[in-house]
Amino acid sequence: MTTATYLRPGLPTPVPENDGLDKPYWDGTRRGVLLVQRCKACGTWQWGPEWICHKCHSFDVGWEEVAGRGRIYSWERAWHPVHPALKEQGPYIVVLVELPHAGNIRMLGNLLGDPRQEVRIGAEVEAVFEPHDDAKPPFTLVQWRYGG
Amino acid sequence: MTERTLRGKVAIVGVGETTYYKHGKSPDPEFVLALKAILAACADAGIDPRKIDGFASYSNDRNEPSRLAAALGLPDLRFSNMMWGGGGGGGAGAVGNAAAAVAAGMADCVVVYRALAQGQFQRFGAAAPGGVASGEPALNAPYGLMSPAQRFAMRAMRFMHENGIGHNAQRAIALAAYAHAQRNPRAVMHGKPLTAEAYDASRWIVEPWRLYDCCMENDGAAAVIIVPAERARDFQHKPAYLLGSAQGSEYRNGARGHNAPLYATSSFTTVAPRLYGMAKVKPSDVDVLQSYENFTGGVLMSLVEHGFFKAEEANEFLVPENLMAPTGKLPLNTSGGNLAECYMHGLELQIEAVRQLRGTSTAQVPDVNVSMVISGPMVTPVSSMILGSGETL
Ligand SMILES: [Zn+2]
Repeated sequence: MTTATYLRPGLPTPVPENDGLDKPYWDGTRRGVLLVQRCKACGTWQWGPEWICHKCHSFDVGWEEVAGRGRIYSWERAWHPVHPALKEQGPYIVVLVELPHAGNIRMLGNLLGDPRQEVRIGAEVEAVFEPHDDAKPPFTLVQWRYGG
Repeated sequence: MTERTLRGKVAIVGVGETTYYKHGKSPDPEFVLALKAILAACADAGIDPRKIDGFASYSNDRNEPSRLAAALGLPDLRFSNMMWGGGGGGGAGAVGNAAAAVAAGMADCVVVYRALAQGQFQRFGAAAPGGVASGEPALNAPYGLMSPAQRFAMRAMRFMHENGIGHNAQRAIALAAYAHAQRNPRAVMHGKPLTAEAYDASRWIVEPWRLYDCCMENDGAAAVIIVPAERARDFQHKPAYLLGSAQGSEYRNGARGHNAPLYATSSFTTVAPRLYGMAKVKPSDVDVLQSYENFTGGVLMSLVEHGFFKAEEANEFLVPENLMAPTGKLPLNTSGGNLAECYMHGLELQIEAVRQLRGTSTAQVPDVNVSMVISGPMVTPVSSMILGSGETL
């Protein structure tokens, strides 16, 4: 039997910041929608979220849905467990994915599939929404797999 | 208008350190370690500890200047300073901040110190269990991206990919540190030599880093004493004059979620040119280098960004013989550094840089006049500094 999530449960539960900055992102993932920031004044894409546009200093930074595809910009394979939840995990892959259709912003995630697979920088990947419905509070992670 | 610079304005005249312990093994509480290192630095300089009138540290050191000043019975605390940022990025920067205060007349005798007792407090390499993550950690921790090694491995991976750099380049940095530690009885890894075969056979921590690519975690404390240059000759040892100091990081280095535009850097691309500009030296003038190893890949990028070789030359340059004292082209981490002497959060590197200028290192390079330290690659802000002998002024 495979677990429903790439990493075993018990890692820290992501919650929106208490000032609400990234709440639209986390709410979006629950609906299967990938939302990132885009400045309403100048159109600059921005990730991670911030209260101001780094290009034009407008505070009117909106949220826009983007297609969940990109290419691998960098990666790592973690072997040493630094968290109790990872003690029995074995190796796992983290990828940094750039989104060329959204100003080359980069997003993190795990690369689904065999944790010992070869990882190719530049390869095309697509987003997969991974719900954690039993977590308190429930959340959904954006993960990545080859394809797209 | 006169040139605004720290070049030649202050000197390090005293250095002190406690015994270096494996993490959790210090018999003393952290505050005692701090006091012992400060008193050792005063004894080394031959100065009454009551002359101290300022403190500077980094990485949110827990031992506050006001408590230190009260404990030491200082008559007048004139300067206290904490450099922002985690990791060891502020090691050289704290010296620079102390130097700025001394040069500007705000204080006359400032101690830069760092103390760590990771048994008493939490280790850097271990994540806090359970709970929630918000802000930047929310983007990282749920993917198993928590420790410093995990946070920075992808920067080195990208850099090595872009420049075709192989694992042997990182290995050379580890081998040089361990070889130097075998000559240093203070080193935690003294008597524990590392071979290329043992490096290659060691376990992965997080690719592209094996066990020996990662710094140790230790307990101990270190301190250095900074005074105005005009008083530097009043003390016991040959002064180590500050030639240059720079800190910071390039454009949007701190963008969240791994969105720094350059990304594959150790954060020094704009810092290093400012350092050389103030010091009025070139990379080829540097006689010996201490470069903070959180991870060998960070050293690799630091050396490139400080102009010792180009990224495409890394595979050729980074071989152990080039990094070994006394004959290597660029003797590196001559006490064993964070990998093999002690992870004193990099302040042991400042002390080794001073020793090289005094001629008292256990892996001494002949005729050192320019001695450099690079602190805390890949975090932000980072810092670096260049020390010089009296002849360089
Ligand atoms: Zn804008």
